[in-house]
Amino acid sequence: MLWSWDYTLKILPGLLRALPITIAATLAGFAVAAVLGLPLAMLRRSKYKTVSLATRWAVDFIRSTPLLVQLFFIFYALPLYGISLSPFACGVIGLGVHYSTYLSEVYRAGIEAVERGQWEAAVALNFTRAQTWFRVILPQAIPPAIPVMGNYLIAMFKETPLLSAITLVELLQVAKTLGSQSFRYMEPFTLVGLLFLALSYPSSLLIRKAEKRLNRRQSTRR
Amino acid sequence: MWSDLLPAFFRGTWITLQITVESVALALLVAIVTGIARLSRYRIIRAAAAVYVEVFRGTSLLVQLFWLYFALPMFMNVQLSSGAAAVLALTLNYGAYGSEVVRSSILAVPAGQTEAAIALNMTPYQRMRRVIFPQALVRMLPAFGNLQIELLKGTSLVYFITLADLTYEGMILRSYDASSTTEIFVLLLIFYFILAHVLNSAVRWFERRAAAGRS
Repeated sequence: MLWSWDYTLKILPGLLRALPITIAATLAGFAVAAVLGLPLAMLRRSKYKTVSLATRWAVDFIRSTPLLVQLFFIFYALPLYGISLSPFACGVIGLGVHYSTYLSEVYRAGIEAVERGQWEAAVALNFTRAQTWFRVILPQAIPPAIPVMGNYLIAMFKETPLLSAITLVELLQVAKTLGSQSFRYMEPFTLVGLLFLALSYPSSLLIRKAEKRLNRRQSTRR
Repeated sequence: MWSDLLPAFFRGTWITLQITVESVALALLVAIVTGIARLSRYRIIRAAAAVYVEVFRGTSLLVQLFWLYFALPMFMNVQLSSGAAAVLALTLNYGAYGSEVVRSSILAVPAGQTEAAIALNMTPYQRMRRVIFPQALVRMLPAFGNLQIELLKGTSLVYFITLADLTYEGMILRSYDASSTTEIFVLLLIFYFILAHVLNSAVRWFERRAAAGRS
């Protein structure tokens, strides 16, 4: 069966209508991950051994188990305890929690790149622990981490098709429905692939550019 | 209750492990070939490798799996079995990611090594095989270890094309007995966690071996 342009044009508007849901889930999930990742990174540096070990173990566990199973857990198991969430909310929480463990590693790398002397200077200036974190360390640790975080934003975007498993009507789910109505799978699935490529490839080029610029700025500073 | 669940879990684990090992082996091969192709002196080879990498990194694994399983048969009149589609999608996707690791590791080998090999009158093949690649391999292994875990997690997507892997078995069990949903999913997560750690320690062991005698 060959490619049908008529059919392509017929289904394209339906697919494009699903794009905002996909993008909204990505952005909301990223916001959750960015907010949750920072405390995870800070807790790993806690001076209490139990706290830092427990954080490390939790991050390791979430990172090395599949997002799909975590989504199923949130969607099917939590309602048994009276927590019923919409598919969109489940998807955002699942994506957000899963990727917060990745972002915590990004934050951690940023924090570790801050020189020791900065911590010592903060102690010498009699800063409290909170002041040290928020006035000295984080303002230096976060900006270099931003391009890397951008890469994870794109990675999360490419994970959104998994949300079709918890009945969220996103891009791939729409394509599947269209395909089962017409028994033509070639056009819908190819279009979904092209839409993903059209959004993620230019974004990754932008991030590469930002990374280069940042590297140059840092090397001139030293 | 556990005695009802465990046999199905072990069946699923076996399938998951099979898919993982097959895909890891093939993806490694694809990654090395593509990574070297991206540094070829022929422009066409470089461009072809770059297009492959960007297409498979730029689209989603699940979309690729669906495309190979549902769309390809309409296009080429070949129906892949669900197992073949799963291994092919995982291989092509993680092969593309892995090729970037190979490429950057080869570029990170100091230029003096290539120059020394040229001075010793080595052929391009000898240079790669005896001098550059062994040094690059040591740099690749930690990143490959991470990718392997990502691939293991990616195998859960074969649930969508009804291949009876660990996730699929879990969902079937849940459909018989929805009241033990929590136990089933917690057990699923623990199984994946153990699998990930087993794979991880295999890579660690290999890392130590590859680094032996180097500093």
